[in-house]
Order: sequence, then C-alpha cells, then structure tokens
Amino acid sequence: MLEVMDLQAWYGKSHVLRGVTLRVGEGEIVSLLGRNGAGRSTTMKALMGELQVSGSALFRGQQILGLPSHEIAMRGIGCVPEHREIFPGLTVRQNLLLGIKPGQKASRWSLEDMFRLFPALGERADVPGGVLSGGEQQMLCICRALMGDPALLLVDEPTEGLAPQVVERVAQLLVEIASKGVAILLVEQKLGIALRISRRVYVMGRGQIVHEGTPAALLESDAVRREWLQV
Amino acid sequence: MADALIFATLNGLVTGMLLFMLASGVTLIFSMMGVLNFAHASFYMLGAYFAFAISQQIGFWPALLLAPMLVGVLGALVERYGLRQVHKSGQVAELVFTFGLAFLIEEAVQLFWGRATQDFRSPAALDFALFTLFGQDFPAWKGVMLCISVSIFIGLYFVLTRTRTGIIIQAAITHPQAVANLGHNVPRLFMVVFGAGSALAGLAGVIAGPVLTTFPGMASVLGSIVFVIVVIGGLGSLTGALVASLLIGLLQSWAIASGLGMADLLALLGVSFPPDHALRDLWRLTLPQVAPLLPYLLLVLILIFRPSGLFGKRES
Repeated sequence: MLEVMDLQAWYGKSHVLRGVTLRVGEGEIVSLLGRNGAGRSTTMKALMGELQVSGSALFRGQQILGLPSHEIAMRGIGCVPEHREIFPGLTVRQNLLLGIKPGQKASRWSLEDMFRLFPALGERADVPGGVLSGGEQQMLCICRALMGDPALLLVDEPTEGLAPQVVERVAQLLVEIASKGVAILLVEQKLGIALRISRRVYVMGRGQIVHEGTPAALLESDAVRREWLQV
Repeated sequence: MADALIFATLNGLVTGMLLFMLASGVTLIFSMMGVLNFAHASFYMLGAYFAFAISQQIGFWPALLLAPMLVGVLGALVERYGLRQVHKSGQVAELVFTFGLAFLIEEAVQLFWGRATQDFRSPAALDFALFTLFGQDFPAWKGVMLCISVSIFIGLYFVLTRTRTGIIIQAAITHPQAVANLGHNVPRLFMVVFGAGSALAGLAGVIAGPVLTTFPGMASVLGSIVFVIVVIGGLGSLTGALVASLLIGLLQSWAIASGLGMADLLALLGVSFPPDHALRDLWRLTLPQVAPLLPYLLLVLILIFRPSGLFGKRES
C-alpha cells in the first residue's frame, strides 16, 4: 500500500531524514520506533507534504511526494498529528464533520459510529473541543481522521501524556480500526503498546531506518534496543 | 443638544459600520494568512473608482454589484499570483509586497482617472431626506449605507458560524496544516478569503465614494484608521474589529458634534486663563479640532495598557 524509498527531508538547511525506506501493507499496523529526535515525526510530516523532500513514496502505486497536503489526504491518507491539534473553538460535532473530505460520497465511518465507539464524544457533541480532557481530545483527533475514510492512517504519538487506562483504550481503538482494513503507520514512544499491536516494526536512528523486523525479533534483539531505543 | 447627539450617533454608526467592512477583511486575512495587508484600503479606493466608471456607462445599481465583484476577482488574483509566490520569502517580503501594491494601485488610479476628485454621486432617486428630526435631515443614502453594512455584518457572521466553508475558515485560522491534512484545499481557501475581503473593501468604497469623495488619496485617509481599528480591536479578532470600528466611528462623530473646548473642560474644574496667556492656543483647542487625532490617541493608550488589543489573543 505504501512504499517509501530513500526518503530525504530538510528543515530549512538541516538535513533531517537521510534515506528512509519502509513499507506498509494493506490493513497492517506498522510501528516506527526510536528515541526523540530520531526522525519519526519528521517522516510523518514528510509523508503528509509538510516538508521539503526528495526520494519516493508510492501510495497504491502512485507517487505522493511533492503533492500538497490536501491532495495527499484526498488520495486516502489520514493523519493524526502529534499534540492532537483539534480545533479548540469548534464543537466536537463540527470537529468531526470537518474530517469529511470535500466531495466525499461514502465512508466506512459515520458520526453515529464515532459516538457509539466513544459515548463521551456523543455526550459532549455540542461543547467546544478545547474543553475536552487530553484523552477525549486524542479520541476526537483519531475519529476526525477516520471520518475522511482513509485507507492508511498516520498516527503520531497518540498516547503521549495520557493516563494508563486511556492509553489502553487508544491501543484497543487502533486494533479495531485496523480490523476494518485500515492500515496504520504508528509513531509510538511506549514500546510495550507498539510491540503488542504491531505486525512489523521499524527502528529509526539519526534520520535512517536502523532495524526492521517483527515485534518478537525486536524483543529478542537486546543490542538493537540498547543502542537505539533505551534512554 | 439631544438632536446633535442623535445625529452624531447615527453618523457615528454609519462611519463605524463602514470602517468595519474594511477592518473585518484586514483582520480575517491577518488571522488566516499572517499577512498584514497594507493594500486593503487601496481595494476600497478601487471599488469607488470602478463603481464610478461603471455607473457612468450602465448606472449606479449595476455598479454596486459589479464593482465589488471586480475588486474581489482582482484581490483573488493578487493572492494567487502575487502573495502566494512572495509567501515563500517570509513575512517581511509579504509586508513589502502589500506596501508596494498600495503605491502601485494609487499610481494606476491617478494614471487612469487623474488627480482630481471625481463627481461620483449616489443615485438621484435617493436624493431625499429619510427623516427629519429637530429640523435636521438624515439623508436616505446614509440609511442605505447603514443597511448595506449591517447586512454585510449579519451575512459575514452567518457564513463564518453556520456554513461549512465558514467552519473550515475558523479551523484554518488556528490550525491551517491540520485542515489541509483533512483534505481541504487551504491555499484555495486563502485565495477565496483574500478575494472576499477585497470585495468587501470594494463594496465599502462603492457606498462611501459618494459621501467621502472619490479621489486618489481616499485609500490613505481611511487606510491608517483601519489599521488603528485592527490594533485596538486586537489583531485577528472579528469581534474586536466590530467593537473598535463602532468605538472610533462614534467617538469621532460625538467629538465633532460636541463643540466642547479645552476652556469648557477647565472651567468645570474651576480653572481659567487670561486671554493673553502664553499657552492660549492650547486652551482654545476644541474637541471638533482634535477629533481626527482621537483614534491615534486611543491607539497609543491601547498599545501602552493592553498591547494585544481589546479582544486580541496574540501577544506578538
């Protein structure tokens, strides 16, 4: 579904991504791990057309690098950005409805589905998004992306700053989303969750992929974890 | 006294709502795109001149519709082929670009229409008093101006809060990248907002041209006050723009109508000065004389005591 080859990215003159190559298949959850500053969030931003990039990223066989962000979204890639970025002045309902793409005909996900998945969002449908708790805002952000019916969801640090039981709920939700055929590329700091729900993992360091394999293989590889993951 | 106050209030409302039509565009464009558009008042002037030219050919009423549309299209083109390219070079370049554009438009207007004031009049059919109070006439055209500007305010409020496009605009004000990531074409939205803001300025020009005179300096006369309003209201705040526009409009109008002088105010405090006092010119100042200074005085006070403006959320 997504084939990234030799992806390079720059922040101004800083060369941040130095040749990232990765692959995400239909309906699978793939995690991108690494320490802070390894280039994981930059990879997400580069794929969403937010940075100056080179290399190749084929989504369903078509090149997406160089396209503006809205066209990348229109091709079927959804994005749950770091720090949530809900629209605080708009109501929960308005936030969700903005997730529907221009001209979108049908979706696997409706407003009712979202309210069924998260009764808290339904109960607070008409309050401004800014007054929700951190966990509720994260759910809102994921649901908003789902309203656009993406085939691939890029999820950046969804559990950051959340209480343990909320973290568990987010993990369940991601599995539930993938079970409906949506592929997920997940950037996650909490190794336990990433290893539990992912089919494959990539480890990043210094702007490159330094390890690729199954969660089980990573668990066995002390050397990789010590060099690239442990703080 | 009551008649003067009533008429001053009505005139203040007319001016205030007119100023809001300009200030709303400046503040909306600033909050969405981070561009302080110094050429905004030039679009207001273009509205008046376009309407003047069109009204000579096919009459005033078609001009009332066509001139703002033309200005809107011009504004959208300026955004698409000018600002969007300059944007890559940063905010200073954008600021200089809009400055240059203001000069360019002023020169172009003088090239086509000359330096003289144009004989742009409101329709003859509206050349009557809407009502007479205490022996004073309130012109029908001012009533029309007030109706148009209030309708624009209601329409703008409706579009921004009740329509999908308005909600996308509200979201793009705070998180443009998140909006783009949901599949919405944010650059096109910027172009539409810039065009709509320009069209509103153009419409303000059409309705103000016959009253405030149509001449090449009309942009700079109103332009500086519009920026004062946007700063007083708070950069990026529509509510602030409305309150500050009405405040400035009413304040100026009341000051002009009051006829009070410094000597009157001092007399209230029991202070008087001999007519040959060295500072007699200062004591003889009247409020109508200082009325044009009031917006700038208010600007200085706001910048000292509340730099983010009355309703502004930005610190810088």
